[in-house]
Amino acid sequence: MITRADFAAIASWIPEGARVLDLGCGDGSLLAYLGETRGVSGYGIENDERAILRCIENGVNVLQVNLESGMAEIADQSFDIVILSQTLQAMKRTEAVVADMLRVGREAIVTFPNFGYWKHRTQIALGGRMPVSDDLPYQWYNTPNIHLFTIADFEAFCAARHYQVLNRSVFTGGVEQKLLPNLLGTLALYRFTNAANAIRSGGTA
Amino acid sequence: MIAIPLQAQFNVPLPLASGAVLDAYELAYETYGTLNAAKSNAVLICHALNASHHVAGIYAGQSDSEGWWDSMIGPGKSVDTNQFFVIGVNNLGSCFGSTGPLSMNPATHLPYGADFPLVTVEDWVDSQAQLLDFLGIETVAAVMGGSLGGMQALCWSYRYPQRIRHAIVIAAAPNLSAQNIAFNEVARQAIMTDPDFHDGHFAQHHTLPKNGLAVARMIGHITYISDDQMESKFGRELRDGKKFSFAPEFQIESYLRYQGEKFSQYYDANTYLRVTKALDYFDPAAQYDGDLAVALSPASAKFLVISFTTDWRFSPTRSREMVKALLDEKKAVTYTEIDAPHGHDAFLLNHPQYHAVVRTYFTHQVQP
Repeated sequence: MITRADFAAIASWIPEGARVLDLGCGDGSLLAYLGETRGVSGYGIENDERAILRCIENGVNVLQVNLESGMAEIADQSFDIVILSQTLQAMKRTEAVVADMLRVGREAIVTFPNFGYWKHRTQIALGGRMPVSDDLPYQWYNTPNIHLFTIADFEAFCAARHYQVLNRSVFTGGVEQKLLPNLLGTLALYRFTNAANAIRSGGTA
Repeated sequence: MIAIPLQAQFNVPLPLASGAVLDAYELAYETYGTLNAAKSNAVLICHALNASHHVAGIYAGQSDSEGWWDSMIGPGKSVDTNQFFVIGVNNLGSCFGSTGPLSMNPATHLPYGADFPLVTVEDWVDSQAQLLDFLGIETVAAVMGGSLGGMQALCWSYRYPQRIRHAIVIAAAPNLSAQNIAFNEVARQAIMTDPDFHDGHFAQHHTLPKNGLAVARMIGHITYISDDQMESKFGRELRDGKKFSFAPEFQIESYLRYQGEKFSQYYDANTYLRVTKALDYFDPAAQYDGDLAVALSPASAKFLVISFTTDWRFSPTRSREMVKALLDEKKAVTYTEIDAPHGHDAFLLNHPQYHAVVRTYFTHQVQP
């Protein structure tokens, strides 16, 4: 579950007045929060009809586009930061989406439920069942999460593509988790970029 | 809600894009709701090809006289006339009350007919700005329109950026594709080759190019409906079996003939030619090497852009071109693609998500 603590962590990584694109922005509450706290100029991408209405209620610029195909129209490096919150695990073209985030944005922020959380491990290892929890509330047959991964997996993913991790925060129930994050953390937040973008932005990242 | 048609007379010459000048002209308009003390709650509605200033409500004593967007606009509706002062205006060159080919040419004391100048979307927007001046309104809360009306809303955003806070552009395009111009040309040819057309001076010959107009309307109708919708509404159904004749046998034939016939009784052929030409000419990016973003750069309004999935006359791709240009220029924009089966005509219909988007936008983002 995304909480205000997670919002605050994300906000702390975003410069005042930045241009932000939130992929799969849901009801737009993160963008609304970033608008209030950081004065960002934000756009959300969402494809769910009800979520779009909530975005409009929240005063958020929302674009109804299918994430898997619709980013092609967004110009290269036209955003400071592209956020993908709690959605990466549901994407079909995971690699392509992350690459596209760093094409349209200078930096990317990704948040995801940590499949390596100890309770998930125990449910599989001891219970022999796929884990169900507050952060992974679905049964195996109705989950939208088709690419489950752990904090360690994501770090390996970034390392293999030479992505530079700029910040990492891990939370458990809205409280920051510094100790053994891959075992004790339920939600991971990463800010990262690639070498080309880092050079373009003058290495200040 | 009872609607009252009004006329505004303008005696300041209006220079047109063609180089012609209208020395004096009238605009037919209607208003719904009440202009607030700050004069900040006006919403201007721009009409598409064959509509008029009669946007909402009914005329007194005529129960079936609903305005063309009555499902959208009225007390408690998506565009709530309890909150907003809504203005419907008939465009110049039309045949429903504003100065056009049916009006008297002061130079000849005969109807203009073919002598009425060609008008453009920009000319319409300029004349609408004159109407706002006439009503004492400096800035409108929103300009809203579908199809050709959406093009006018888009045009408002860059032509009068200081006078418009929101542009609501529905089922529109930043210009017509070659295919779209082709449809318009076939429609115009149908009219102009009708022997009763007389180069547009049919009034002097006491004729009407009804057959040409009817065919023009039939062509239009085909493009306003999606393939699926036409299939589910008419399919291959016959009215009364096969007769081995060219009388209307398929239901779709009889429907198109009926629509064409009805249209030819109330619409003016010279107006049809001019309105389709205004559509063809509209292309704000043309003077900037095709760069729409540069064309829209003066805009300061917030945008709501809406398209319909099955609209093939003004497809979602065309709306996304506008959204892309607005994004490139860092403009505030919301874009929704309504999953509706009806084709282009969906913008006139009461689709729940479509109306919810407009209602939510007006409730939460458009300050009266």
